[in-house]
Amino acid sequence: MTDKPMKVGIISCSGEAIPGGTIARVACRKVLDDLRPTQCVTICLPLFIAGGEEERMFANTYPTITVDGCEKRCAALGTEKLSARPAGTLIVAEILRKRGLCPITKLRGLGAEEKDAAQAVAEEIAAAIDEILGAE
Amino acid sequence: MQKKCRKVAVFACSGIGKSLGTVAREIGYELTERVRPHDTLLTCLALLVINDPETQKLITENPVIVIDGCSLDCARKSLEANGAPLVKAYQSIDFFKKHKDLKPEGVAELNDAGKKLAALAADELAGVVDELLRGGDDGQANESRNHILQR
Ligand code: SF4
Ligand code: SF4
Repeated sequence: MTDKPMKVGIISCSGEAIPGGTIARVACRKVLDDLRPTQCVTICLPLFIAGGEEERMFANTYPTITVDGCEKRCAALGTEKLSARPAGTLIVAEILRKRGLCPITKLRGLGAEEKDAAQAVAEEIAAAIDEILGAE
Repeated sequence: MQKKCRKVAVFACSGIGKSLGTVAREIGYELTERVRPHDTLLTCLALLVINDPETQKLITENPVIVIDGCSLDCARKSLEANGAPLVKAYQSIDFFKKHKDLKPEGVAELNDAGKKLAALAADELAGVVDELLRGGDDGQANESRNHILQR
């Protein structure tokens, strides 16, 4: 029998140049601050990339969910390359499509549309966390 | 004949755990969207971890400005590890030390002080962009008081 994980690590792509990247980052923060504050932890992806052994252990210590702004999937591929295969991988565009929401076009200064998108992505991250923590 | 630099590539760490990471990101936007939109190009830092060929080409053929949130310098280290030959590196914490009245707060959404700090920092970096592009003729950047990596 294996122990259930106590926390899930969530890793957002940096996503400075793609609107979906901004949504990924804001959604992850929303999960950390509001939706699942005690059930998840995060690490700055750049710290993960540039860090040493301790940072690289992150995805070995926690089951991880990566959240990427676009289909380049930098967070998912980077996590697998540097640490371990993520337990879950989410892509903003896919979530918005699934939920019937419009693609996002702004990089900053989020309005109502972008906030709705971030909320939708945050809910999907929360559901993925619940699934991992509830899994036998 | 030397190749003339066309753009300055801009990277920010976007650290998700600290307001200063968000300030770094916002400085990137201010610099590339408002201050020097025609001379700069903001690119996702994380593309370096997947060895994206276009990003590799960008950082080896153009000068780079990188803005980190704190002294851990994560973005600068990534650029260095990926062989960028000319990097001028800055930390948003240093801009805050110069403008202590502008205390940044918030990660997902930066407060007004943080946005103002980012705008002031980007204004200061305008001269660095100009200098890098001028220096592009002979492939050299001039000295600055900030961290410079040259190989
Ligand atoms: S996944 Fe897309 S948005 Fe995110 S860092 Fe990579 S290129 Fe940028
Ligand atoms: S430099 Fe590294 S640790 Fe500091 S804010 Fe940026 S990503 Fe986070």
